[in-house]
Amino acid sequence: MQFFKDNKIYDLMSKKKFFGVFSLVLVTLSIVLLFTKGLNFGIDFKGGTIVQVKYEAKAPIQNIRGILDNTEYKGSEVTRFGSESEIIIKIKQSTTAIGEDLGDKISKILTPTGEYEIRRVDMVGPKVGNELKEKGLTALILSLLVILAYVSYRFEYRFAVASILALVHDVLITVGVLIVFQVDINLDILAAILTIIGYSLNDTIIVFDRVRESVENTKESDLNKLLNNSISKTLSRTTLTSLTTFFVVLTLFLFGGEIIHGFALTMLVGVIVGTYSSIFVASPILDRFNFDISNYRLNKDKKEQARKAKERERQMYENGRI
Amino acid sequence: MNYRIFILGLSIIFAMFFSFPTLFNTDSGKKINLGLDLQGGMYMLLGVNVEEAVENKVKSIAQSIKYNTNKNDILIEDLQLLPTSVEFSLLSSVQKMELEKILLEQKEGEVKNNGLKYSITLTNKEVQQTKDFAVVQTVERVRNRLDQFGLAEPTVVKQGKTDIVVQLPGIKTLQEEQRSRDLISKPGNLQMMEVDEEKMRSQYSWTSLKLEGTGSIKLPNIEGGEIILKEIPILTGDNIKDSRVMFDESNQPMISFDLDSFGAKVFGDFTGNNVGKRLAIVLDGKVYSAPVIKQRIGGGSGQISGNFTIEEAGNVSIALKSGALPASITMLEKRSVGPSLGADSIKASMIALISGFVCVIIFMYIYYRRVGLVSNLVLIVNVLLIIAIMSLFGATLTLPGMAGIVLTVGMAVDANVIINERIREGLIKGKKVKEAIEEGYDNAIRAILDANITTLLVAIILYAYGTGPIKGFAITISIGILVSMLTAILGTHGIYQLLGKKIDRQKHWFGV
Repeated sequence: MQFFKDNKIYDLMSKKKFFGVFSLVLVTLSIVLLFTKGLNFGIDFKGGTIVQVKYEAKAPIQNIRGILDNTEYKGSEVTRFGSESEIIIKIKQSTTAIGEDLGDKISKILTPTGEYEIRRVDMVGPKVGNELKEKGLTALILSLLVILAYVSYRFEYRFAVASILALVHDVLITVGVLIVFQVDINLDILAAILTIIGYSLNDTIIVFDRVRESVENTKESDLNKLLNNSISKTLSRTTLTSLTTFFVVLTLFLFGGEIIHGFALTMLVGVIVGTYSSIFVASPILDRFNFDISNYRLNKDKKEQARKAKERERQMYENGRI
Repeated sequence: MNYRIFILGLSIIFAMFFSFPTLFNTDSGKKINLGLDLQGGMYMLLGVNVEEAVENKVKSIAQSIKYNTNKNDILIEDLQLLPTSVEFSLLSSVQKMELEKILLEQKEGEVKNNGLKYSITLTNKEVQQTKDFAVVQTVERVRNRLDQFGLAEPTVVKQGKTDIVVQLPGIKTLQEEQRSRDLISKPGNLQMMEVDEEKMRSQYSWTSLKLEGTGSIKLPNIEGGEIILKEIPILTGDNIKDSRVMFDESNQPMISFDLDSFGAKVFGDFTGNNVGKRLAIVLDGKVYSAPVIKQRIGGGSGQISGNFTIEEAGNVSIALKSGALPASITMLEKRSVGPSLGADSIKASMIALISGFVCVIIFMYIYYRRVGLVSNLVLIVNVLLIIAIMSLFGATLTLPGMAGIVLTVGMAVDANVIINERIREGLIKGKKVKEAIEEGYDNAIRAILDANITTLLVAIILYAYGTGPIKGFAITISIGILVSMLTAILGTHGIYQLLGKKIDRQKHWFGV
């Protein structure tokens, strides 16, 4: 079986304007969403308490809301969680006392609402929340910097900048989707975003590796043709890997359970956007930054000559001539 | 026999051998630990209020100054407690020599003097040491308490400078959880103090404020009212050797404790010299009893009674045995998962793992046919290897970690796909099978390495900055990447070389 015909070169670069505009619109929309609606931070970053309760019968959500509104936990969010019998209560407060915690208090308050079991209590104090936010942001920025350094070292700085921009594109659009679906941003979402960075970069690098190879091994001097060629040659691989990854993420999304839902959704979006960007976004950026084939070859030759000169010198040294 | 197939063979044996205990849940052998989110349990991040430990140290310096000057009839005034120092003035310069002799014995803090004004300041190093020691001691004592509580495998470790991570996988019910939290939070500060009989005679004219600086303090009595006590305790919980719950005549639980030899001697001497006076037993700032001393009490044991429930008495006894907390602790983060939720999560992620796995395997076969089978074989080895390595290191599998394995299955085929596509390319160009295979591997390796190293770098950063479950995710992803490179680059190559001539004319193996 084959998805794409052998040796067929798709002229994707001629449509770069279209994809460029399409991506720009999506990114702009995401940024607008980010500044208007903003991220919906969960307790990991904002602090607060989550209580997950499973009732023996259908959970009496209205009743629970009513009861909570008469306590100091007025304004807590009560939402269904997966099944009919399971709910989650999001409370803004957190306690620092060890002896009596919010879970115990909520449990007491809920007594008249029926038979239930408290399955999970997560409490994050404001200090930890801020710390986690700081750490998360550092991790994100650090990953981008490390990628920038590594790709610059292995390829050329233009490749690095292009892949980073493609990643920023992916992250922004994913975040935009998260805002639309009102997903709580917790640590697992951050992990998913970082994984997407790794994944999408993986895809982009496979394409860039072809570009690098073509630059080094062919005489093609037209960048557009060269890029088209490279993307087309890797198209089967990109699609195939994306599909297998998409399948497993889809199974996670469908069967992985409610707790992992946000994570799976983020991954699902990320895989799609990441695949799209490594085919349609990263290479046009390379073109946009005036990647110069002959210059690359010249530098490569220079490096090669320098290496050879060094080797000769070493040989001469080893032979005892210096 | 080529070295590649040899390594693959070794990997398969290794994978089967070490993943066996985890997969079949054998009694012996190293297994993967389940994280708290999968097996249920409680995670807590506690902050030690280290400033309190420093305050206490300053207080104890002040107390010893007061005690020693009192004993030697040296008159001082304006004794003041500052955050890291004690200040006071000597009344008359005549006693300067005597005072300085006492101060020479002061081991902690830097003594400075300006005329009649004296100050004892803790050096920065001492402050830091006090803080560090408070955290270390808290870790030790909390661990001690939890060990005695009898829960399975509690872990208590220091994190950062002043925080402590407590993980209790054994907790099954809310009651157990509550009790363990009570146990941890109990200061467990026992003091035996002398009742200030003189001031007690006019106790209503002594307010707490008035008592300040007189060497006495007023504490609440659990039977009602307040009692004035000499501030410097005769003995503290530090001298307790053992403690247990006992029952009095009316079958009411009480806590009995034994003092060590030093404590017993001090206790004996004090009771011998103070017959007719009262001795108060003070726990966490409350007087539990203040019996009149009838005779010298040797043997060094005592009881605390006061309407305890059995559980409370048990907690106090454990707290006494393990020692008082040097400073109070506060809850910074708590995550508790009930065992039923953990079981649900395991079930859900197993379904995802298996269905994802089957999907990929079917897909690879349809797309690549025979070669797909080779990739699939290697993929199975891959998953087993991840499980084996995690078991071997006793790594912890969390829910995100589980997601990481599922994800790895999707991404692990990537290296195979890259190689297979390269081989196909060669075949289409009209190369011979053997040639195409060798060239395919040569061309693919650079791409595979670059792509995987970057992902690995991100995973390492995730590990360094993540906490708890996220670290678990980073670990499985990293192991997955490394293993997939090994199995794809070496493993499949080895298989093709083993097949050698058999596939020489079989281009259709590659679906071409």
